[in-house]
Amino acid sequence: MNMPISGKPPKKLSLKENYALLTRGLGWETSYESMDKVFPQCDFEGIKIHDWDKWEDPFRLTMDAYWKYQGEKERKLYAIVDAFQQNNGQFNVSDARYINTLKLFLTGVSPLEYGAHRGFAMAGRNFKGAGASIAAQMQAIDELRHAQTQAHTISHYNKFFHGMHDPIHMFDRVWYLSVPKSYFEDAMTAGPFEFVTAISFSFEYVLTNLLFMPFMSGAAFNGDMATVTFGFSAQSDESRHMTLGLEVVKFILEQDPANLPIVQRWLDKWFWRGYRLLALVAMMMDYMLPKRVMSWSEAWGMYFEQNGGALFNDLARYGVRMPKYHDVAAKEKDRLSHETWGIFYNYTHAAGFHTWVPEEGEMKWLSEKYPATFDKHYRPRFEYWRDQQKKGERFYNKTLPMLCQTCQIPMGFTEPDDPTKICYRESHYRDNKFHFCSDGCKDIFDFEPEKYVQSWLPVHQVYQGNCFRPGTDPTAPGFDPLLEVLKYYNFNVGKDGGEYLDSEDKKHWEQWTGKPGVSI
Amino acid sequence: MTDSVFIAFQTNDDTRAIVEAITHDNAAATVARFPAMVKVDAPGRLVVRRESIEERIGRDFDLRELHLNLISLSGNIEESEDEFVLHWGN
Repeated sequence: MNMPISGKPPKKLSLKENYALLTRGLGWETSYESMDKVFPQCDFEGIKIHDWDKWEDPFRLTMDAYWKYQGEKERKLYAIVDAFQQNNGQFNVSDARYINTLKLFLTGVSPLEYGAHRGFAMAGRNFKGAGASIAAQMQAIDELRHAQTQAHTISHYNKFFHGMHDPIHMFDRVWYLSVPKSYFEDAMTAGPFEFVTAISFSFEYVLTNLLFMPFMSGAAFNGDMATVTFGFSAQSDESRHMTLGLEVVKFILEQDPANLPIVQRWLDKWFWRGYRLLALVAMMMDYMLPKRVMSWSEAWGMYFEQNGGALFNDLARYGVRMPKYHDVAAKEKDRLSHETWGIFYNYTHAAGFHTWVPEEGEMKWLSEKYPATFDKHYRPRFEYWRDQQKKGERFYNKTLPMLCQTCQIPMGFTEPDDPTKICYRESHYRDNKFHFCSDGCKDIFDFEPEKYVQSWLPVHQVYQGNCFRPGTDPTAPGFDPLLEVLKYYNFNVGKDGGEYLDSEDKKHWEQWTGKPGVSI
Repeated sequence: MTDSVFIAFQTNDDTRAIVEAITHDNAAATVARFPAMVKVDAPGRLVVRRESIEERIGRDFDLRELHLNLISLSGNIEESEDEFVLHWGN
């Protein structure tokens, strides 16, 4: 085919034209079946979309550039993971207490990455507009990458420390892991518009900076180059996802004024659900990093109040207001991490990671960061626990707690205006009473009770006898229900959880590194 | 007070030139350094210019290379071959 080439070669496409061909150029109107039958989930949430072509693509990353840059990120990450392993980097972290953040991350966060992969694959299938569909599909690939890189990176720690041997099994069963699991499954069982508003906007844009910025910077500060690298590598994708979230919300709001009340309700709901989930991050930052970068309270001020505040100011032109109960989150910011760590200190014998009383130097840091609350409310409790421990009476709470029906966290949070009084709320529905940790969680239940009465609450399930391995006989002599539940979780009983000072992790750390198990 | 936009990068040799270019082009930008992370805030608007980066690194630069070292950002995005802009408002 030796056609003579006439004139100049065709002009290189601009970024915008190139991306338009990838998105709009690949979409079409179906003819054998109606569009409504092909995309059956696009309408039931009540969101009205009149013109999908008004969709503005957030980042114009075409496929050639996507594979090129993602490939580079992977090579860089795995080179660092190799170097980390070859240099026994696991022994260069601040001390073995730090490893417990990785246990929580691998069992509580990495499965959410995989959930996001599934969720965005479904959202990509269900959107009628090609632009939104392609953005969601690319995000689905990113999320799978995050789940894989996190499992690969942390698997090296699994060779040396307890609690990281079976994260997916644990995610589906363990009491505190039902908090992230139920959060994500709540989003995945909503429609496609609520899902992306929940995950891309409320979680990724508004809240994940709190996890991936100060916490990952903290990982670097504690000497864990492997984790900071997968964290920042994931977060570089996250920037695209966040922008997708903002674009989705703006697009929905611009399409029809009737969409505003629906979106505002989602923003209220998913702010509160995400904020409750981040209680785990608050405790990681203030208690579990032996070397600290910033406090939860400071991070909340910087990333939610300041950066998130700017975002909501910008959205005010669409009639959007700040999420309901953001003022309660502000009141709780000097208490959240302390109350959450207290809960885990109580129940660490039934957890897959260790807890401990902060050292004197750490309590000094906490006093400085929390001048209004720490010395008054929390230091005396830690000192009491420390004294008990010295007498050989380390406190473990043997009674299972009441869980909040919505967020599934044990009901240990306090009244917004009284940090000495536990906050209880309840609703009646179909002759049953349901319990909540907060007005935020109660509101969510009250709007969709049929959804939340189905919650798989770990404590209820334990008491109903549903958390034992097959063949377990509760009538056998000497039957120990707690032990049997921990076996059902596939924990190494007595090694994965419990007091850090008594742990095999600490003993091994001291043997293998010659360094003290508590670095401060 | 104008609300800030921000962009954050991993701290490394690639991003040193990028951050220098940003502070050169955005007089009001402030730089905060954390372990392994550098965060640049600017009131209302922040522009990343391809040419300014190229002047500093001495080679061609595709602005999409920002993705390699990007950690997070805030603001609405305007993206072209020459500029990457973050801003609040229309």
